[in-house]
Amino acid sequence: MSTNKFFIAPSPHDYSKDSVKSIMYGVIIALLPALAMSFYYFGLGALITTLVAVVSCMFFEFIIQKYLIKGKITIFDGSAIITGILLAFNVPSNLPWWMVVIGSLVAIGVAKMSFGGLGNNPFNPALVGRVFLLLSYPVQMTSWPKPSNFDFTLGGYTDAVTGATPLGALKTELGKGERTVQDILDKGVDMGGGDIYQFPDYMNQMMGDLGGSLGEVSAIAIIIGGLYMLYRKIITWHVPVAMLGTIFIFAGLLHIAHPDMYADPIFHLMTGGIMLGAVFMATDMVTSPMTPLGMIIFGVGIGLLTVIIRVFGAYPEGVSFAILIMNAFVPLINKGCKPKRFGEKKAAA
Amino acid sequence: MLKTFPKGGIHPAENKFSAGKAIEQLALPKTVSIPISQHIGAPAAPVVNKGDKVVVGQIIAKSSGFVSANIHSSVSGTVSKIDDVMDTSGYRKPCIVIDVEGDEWDSAIDRTAGLNKNITLSQEEIVKKIGDSGIVGLGGATFPSQVKLSIPKGKTADVLILNGVECEPYLTSDHQIMMERGHELMVGTQILMKALNVSKALIGIENNKQDAIDYLKKISADYPGIEVHVLKVQYPQGGEKQLIKALINREVPSGGLPIDVGTVVHNVGTTIAVYEAVQKNKPLFERVVTVTGKSVSKPANFLVRIGTPVNELIEAAGGLPEDTGKVVNGGPMMGKALNSIEVPVTKGTSGILIFNKKDAARNEMQNCIRCAKCVSVCPMGLEPYLLMQLSEKSMWEGVEAEKALDCIECGSCSYKCPSARPLLDYIRLGKSTVSQIIRARNQK
Ligand code: SF4
Ligand code: SF4
Repeated sequence: MSTNKFFIAPSPHDYSKDSVKSIMYGVIIALLPALAMSFYYFGLGALITTLVAVVSCMFFEFIIQKYLIKGKITIFDGSAIITGILLAFNVPSNLPWWMVVIGSLVAIGVAKMSFGGLGNNPFNPALVGRVFLLLSYPVQMTSWPKPSNFDFTLGGYTDAVTGATPLGALKTELGKGERTVQDILDKGVDMGGGDIYQFPDYMNQMMGDLGGSLGEVSAIAIIIGGLYMLYRKIITWHVPVAMLGTIFIFAGLLHIAHPDMYADPIFHLMTGGIMLGAVFMATDMVTSPMTPLGMIIFGVGIGLLTVIIRVFGAYPEGVSFAILIMNAFVPLINKGCKPKRFGEKKAAA
Repeated sequence: MLKTFPKGGIHPAENKFSAGKAIEQLALPKTVSIPISQHIGAPAAPVVNKGDKVVVGQIIAKSSGFVSANIHSSVSGTVSKIDDVMDTSGYRKPCIVIDVEGDEWDSAIDRTAGLNKNITLSQEEIVKKIGDSGIVGLGGATFPSQVKLSIPKGKTADVLILNGVECEPYLTSDHQIMMERGHELMVGTQILMKALNVSKALIGIENNKQDAIDYLKKISADYPGIEVHVLKVQYPQGGEKQLIKALINREVPSGGLPIDVGTVVHNVGTTIAVYEAVQKNKPLFERVVTVTGKSVSKPANFLVRIGTPVNELIEAAGGLPEDTGKVVNGGPMMGKALNSIEVPVTKGTSGILIFNKKDAARNEMQNCIRCAKCVSVCPMGLEPYLLMQLSEKSMWEGVEAEKALDCIECGSCSYKCPSARPLLDYIRLGKSTVSQIIRARNQK
């Protein structure tokens, strides 16, 4: 009997069904509700922008892997698709397509592949792409299409109907130092020429009927995606809960202290990129800490920075910057937050 | 809430195909090869020569140190040679090879069937008897049992823990032993309690063996001090440190032993061997082995003489399946892959597990995506991804500082990793290198 035909490998001999692919495609599924809602509010432009971003992310990853690194092609592992979707989610749906392509190149080429590809990048690639675009094309990156229901024409895509975001409108108006928060939120803002911007109510904020980046508007769709990822054990609750909780408390304290100057915490949570950031960007496993305690510190840090930038900074929105700044602290957090070792000798009892 | 250990753990598919299969005596082989090193510690020294006639239960190799164990013949017949034979480690190791003639047992062994409840030996005599009988941990660790019962000065045990967890998927030998030999297990437990001078013993069983739990709970009523405890199905519940934590909520310190927290753990199979040694004068020369696998046609629990070639067990279970890709000695999580099935069963063989080609291959390794799953499943609170990284880069101080030596090699991290990274392989490398470094350091 021939005997040397058996596989010889050290234990364990059994493996779970999880794979990089199953995790990544799980995230993609979780992103679909938010994509559907942005299609509903922003029309075909939302789909086209997303498609352009996904295809260019995969394309750049392919080119880099094939011709620069001459390594394995992993464009179907799902991670480039996620970067593409998230980049698209973080830009206005009517952004010129070539800017989307440039953003993808920065996300994949600079933020991901130059560090050694999946798993080695310290910063969230989609956010790096987004911030690059924001700094390079500040006008286009802050011209928002007005949400409208089921606009199947390409009109919204080519000649933008410029709307405002709640955060932007509030910040600008508050900056003038004439009106109180409540007054602004109730009566709206004059955008010039008698065009009054009315703030969405909580219901519309929840559903996503408000101006903003492509995929960030619908809180409810994002939460559904987040619950799905929790159920699939792709993410844990630590980062989103720590981040959202911090924002709620911090913004709430500011609001209680000076209700005229600072918007209420629900307004903060429901507008801008906080939900998208908390559920999909800050939870990116590659760029977040490894232990529960670390994840909580990370989430709290993002929450604090977000509110500080929004309320005291120059930009109306601060989630992207806050996450990128905390990304930089991840190695330090990992050093400082070790899991509790079993049988650790208690320090001087 | 079911008892369990607090951190980490996994729940692999149980696949207990041979559950409920009555223990069958395997037919005697034509020859046996009995390795002189089947336990942790120094190999035993042969005391028979080529040509000698031996009987079942006769001592053929003597313990050669404090941590070592006697070896007894498992058959009657003639010693044909003492030579190097490939064993389950894949290396050729010294074995006593015996041609089987009949089945004549040492006359001192009590072969009557009745249960002997009456423990007459004293505490010291019990420990000595267990040592003489060559008993080692049958759960797979093969640590000489009398060493565990010889409590160092200054330490005391207040409770005995029996491991009936059988948390390894596929394996069912302990389960079946508990079902078929419950009373012997109880008397064996009383013997161990006497040896340790404790009045309390806890038997931990996972709740996937409800029949064994019910049965042992029922009969334990007649044996004061013995309690059956139900544990959650969670691997590695049977890890010594995890089991102690789950049952009595004490944490064995890093680098320490169970006795440091006042307890000693024995496997249920070992406990029955203790019963046989002490009450029936029968040394350890046979054990129950599960033979199983998805393609195995007749999964079974066999009572096997030590030294029987593994292929005879496989034949009795329906033969080696066509699509066999890997044969493992032990369970899927901690067992060792065999490179030949002509190796002998030893005291540590708890199961023979056959994987088909598809399940045998590992997935292709990918980059670490820092998903932290390895960290969250590690029952010892280690960071496997980090230990692997440090080992890969030969940063041994880091490996030591990050507590690689605490790793119990349960394999949960490698099991869980979505990128199929060989975490435990690298951690083992790190552990052995660090141990060498420490040994060298201590010699200075
Ligand atoms: S590091 Fe060791 S103890 Fe932790 S899961 Fe991996 S094998 Fe088990
Ligand atoms: S489980 Fe694997 S991929 Fe995830 S952090 Fe650990 S080593 Fe990396």
